[in-house]
Amino acid sequence: MFLVAVIVMIGVFGLWIHAMNRAGDDEDDARAERLQNRWIIGGGLVLPLTSMAALLAFGIPAGHSMLPLPPEDGVALDIEVTAHQWHWDVYYPEQGIRLHNELHIPANTPVDIYVTSSDVIHSFWVPRLAGKIDAIPGHTSVLRLEADEPGDYRGQCAEFCGRGHAHMQFRVSAHSKTDFETWQREASRND
Amino acid sequence: MTDSTRTDNPAERLGQVWRNPPGLGALSVVSHSSLGLRFMVTGAFFFLVGGLLAMLIRTQLALPAQTILSAEVYNQFFTMHGTVMMFLFAIPTLEGMAIYLIPKMIGARDLVFPRITSLGYYCYLFGGLIILSSLFLGIAPDSGWFMYTPLSSQQFSPGPGSDFWLVGITFVEISAMAAGIELTVSILRARAPGMSLRHMPLFAWYILATALMIVFGFPPLILASILLELERAAGMPFFDVAGGGDPILWQHLFWLFGHPEVYIIFLPAAGIVSTLIPVFARRPLVGYRWVVLSIITTGFISFGLWVHHMFTVGIPQLAQAFFSMASMVVAVPTAIQTFAWLATLWTGRVTWNLPMLWILGFLIVFVAGGLTGVMLALVPFNWQVHDTHFVVAHLHYVLVGGMFFPLIAGLYYWLPHLSGRMPSERLGKPGFWLTFIGFNATFLLMHLTGLLGMPRRVYTYEAGVGWDWLNLLSSVGSFIMAAGIALIILDVALHFRFGRKAPRNPWQADTLEWATDTPAAPYNFISLPDVQTRHPLWDHPDLPESMAAGKHGLAQANHGRRETYGSDAITGRIRDVIHLPGNSWLPLFASLCLAVVCISLLVRLYPVALLGVLGAAVFLLRWGWENGAHPKAAPVCADEPSQPPLHSRTCDGPGRWGMVVTLLANGTLYLCLLFGWFYLWTASPHWSAPQVSPVSLTVMVLAGLLLTGVVATYYRIVHRLTAGDDAGLGPRLWGLTALGAAHWVVLLYATLSAPLAVTEQSHDAMLLVMLMYLLFHGLVATILTALQAWRVRLGWVNRALPYEPVVLRPFWGYTLGIYWLSVVVFLLVPLTWGGAA
Repeated sequence: MFLVAVIVMIGVFGLWIHAMNRAGDDEDDARAERLQNRWIIGGGLVLPLTSMAALLAFGIPAGHSMLPLPPEDGVALDIEVTAHQWHWDVYYPEQGIRLHNELHIPANTPVDIYVTSSDVIHSFWVPRLAGKIDAIPGHTSVLRLEADEPGDYRGQCAEFCGRGHAHMQFRVSAHSKTDFETWQREASRND
Repeated sequence: MTDSTRTDNPAERLGQVWRNPPGLGALSVVSHSSLGLRFMVTGAFFFLVGGLLAMLIRTQLALPAQTILSAEVYNQFFTMHGTVMMFLFAIPTLEGMAIYLIPKMIGARDLVFPRITSLGYYCYLFGGLIILSSLFLGIAPDSGWFMYTPLSSQQFSPGPGSDFWLVGITFVEISAMAAGIELTVSILRARAPGMSLRHMPLFAWYILATALMIVFGFPPLILASILLELERAAGMPFFDVAGGGDPILWQHLFWLFGHPEVYIIFLPAAGIVSTLIPVFARRPLVGYRWVVLSIITTGFISFGLWVHHMFTVGIPQLAQAFFSMASMVVAVPTAIQTFAWLATLWTGRVTWNLPMLWILGFLIVFVAGGLTGVMLALVPFNWQVHDTHFVVAHLHYVLVGGMFFPLIAGLYYWLPHLSGRMPSERLGKPGFWLTFIGFNATFLLMHLTGLLGMPRRVYTYEAGVGWDWLNLLSSVGSFIMAAGIALIILDVALHFRFGRKAPRNPWQADTLEWATDTPAAPYNFISLPDVQTRHPLWDHPDLPESMAAGKHGLAQANHGRRETYGSDAITGRIRDVIHLPGNSWLPLFASLCLAVVCISLLVRLYPVALLGVLGAAVFLLRWGWENGAHPKAAPVCADEPSQPPLHSRTCDGPGRWGMVVTLLANGTLYLCLLFGWFYLWTASPHWSAPQVSPVSLTVMVLAGLLLTGVVATYYRIVHRLTAGDDAGLGPRLWGLTALGAAHWVVLLYATLSAPLAVTEQSHDAMLLVMLMYLLFHGLVATILTALQAWRVRLGWVNRALPYEPVVLRPFWGYTLGIYWLSVVVFLLVPLTWGGAA
């Protein structure tokens, strides 16, 4: 996407600068008319429409895979996240685990995050794992996460929410399957 | 007009009639040239304020974990930076430019509603100062420039900051609406004789589209601001979930305004580009029709993509796909324009100079911004970078590239028109390069900062996340850009003193504004020519001389009226002579009263606010009083022109057009209210409605029948009046006034007798807003009818002067329309569909 954009950009600039420096040869009107149609239809219609078709051809499947549809094998892990000014409450409804500003997830497993807010609008975002979803009072939205490998991922609030916005961060720890089960057992016991 | 000394020299006489008084009297000036300049100078002042805030923001972010600004102050600064740049710099400056240029380009002497220009300026100035004062009091709004609820609502922003924003911006908005309405009507009704739509300069097309977009685009924000202020001040829960409101409603209304606004800013700037390129390529713009078509298309599409600001709120997939497509499709008309410019340069002989350098800068920055815009339209990508510095970079590329660069190109291009002197390249060129390099250093890198995950609107960040060096370089770049802008300011200031004298039409341009003196006289042209071409000064190089010699129309001003031609909206054929009001204090006084209203709303002194409203009403009614055959306007006299007649002697002057365009804006506001009603009803999580509506349907129908009677009779009276029958006109109008008052009293009873729990349920709060809206219209229509009856008695309205009742007619029709629509939508539909949804 970026490559195509850069090519288009350089192409347009190059043409433009050439056009400005080119010795204009007082085109007669008929020739100018032909030229104009070529430019406007070529650059103004064909170019953007084909790029859009290409973008959508790539974008629609990519978007589809990010939707919280039922996974093909197994079930997704559900986690409820409630945003507050300025911290995150995390709750695992099936396991009954409560956490504060941190999430633990199994790697290579789809996870559905149910996000809502108790006060103003926040946005739940783990840059390296998925896009963001707004946490809106009175509404619950779902975001599908999946970590490809175990590790710690930084997360933060992405919708301006007042004084503490910059520090409203959290951590997502992705564990291998066995580690996650161990963690789950310990966390339920501690509760 | 009080001056009655006679002189035979037309220019001298015109000068007397159109004189701008010196000293304190300058505050009463209504000339579009003076006011356009004041708009632009004030805009430049606010630009510097916004720029200063940006410097402070960049200073804070230059290094990680800095504490130069606290989070509280930082939040106020970035909110004010966005607010000032968008509402107090970009829109008013472009309005000012259009106000200054449009009459000259279409060969008119002024805009058709000069006092509205003045009112607009004062509303802008006072509103801007009120907003700015909050910054110095340390209580500026701090919820971001789009003021998302509930962060901006009373509970989470208890201070007066949000009130400053809501009240101040709504005040400034009056100015935008005023400009939108009068530019629309002026372009449609005051072009030079013979200038049909297809002969209109492209710049006028751009401004016409912009003006209409203001007319339809600003009402959603005005309504949203009113609703939010009602929620904050009176506790009516429109956006509060607990009371059956929904914060997402704010987002819809805000972006319904906010996205068209981007194009409201871009289109006039593109108009500058389309004006300059043909002049410097020495050939007409290639593909005039294509460009006009793409302007219109942009205008339409821009209203269909507001949701792309809301892809992360979790709206339905189908809607996301639709808005994603629309957001990409809007690139097509822009691409058409870009290639039309390119083709023009290709086929022409291009002169390189300072304005063209800025146009080149525009192209580079704007195309880059447009391409990242297409990327953002892709929903999955948007989910990733939404609300990061990538978006910050994108919007600055589009806005600075799409507005600021062409604006400076236009500034250098039209400088000789303002000063009579040519710009120099000695300081101008380094100014450009510093700005251009500084801008790209700041914002090109910011794309990467955003991709690396830095969210926007954080007052600080930790070291070691990979954002440090990018932020430092961005900050350095922003200081380079500031240096460039300082150089431009210095250059422009020096040029007024040291610039080389400019000849008439120094760039050999094709459009009529270069036929004036430089600087222009308040009446613009001594005589108004027929224009049958898109390029009057290219096709008739001697036109400036013959115009100055008084060889064309309306050169005589011995009658003491300010006059310009009124022409047919499409063909440009002459229809009437529009007489314009002279200098007036009323706009200043009316806007001072409105300023009192705003300030007393802020300090919550509601009785004073009410007094302010009354004062403003008095001045505005007085304003309307000095129209038509009033001695201060165009009193009936023996030697009146009849071919064409004065507009106030016809049935279709600019006032009627102004009324219709105002009602279009008003209707948009009402539709937004209906949207809010249906939105809360269907989407709000805690919406509840009583089984039986608290408002009595019987009383409402009774009031409605009275109103129907009034309006039907009014239409019949006006119909007879325009047919030349004014028998019994006065008594009939008095009778209608009485009936109108009866309707109003019944409606007031319906409102007061309804047990509305407006602070508990958004359903009831909505009903109250609807009733207040109806009450307002009934009251205004009734008062205006009474004034018409009075004018009949004074002999200012009769069968020879039928104009004013005709102007008022659509207002009555509108009042009736919204009345029954409200009864159906707010009372009958819930009855048939059942209360709680």
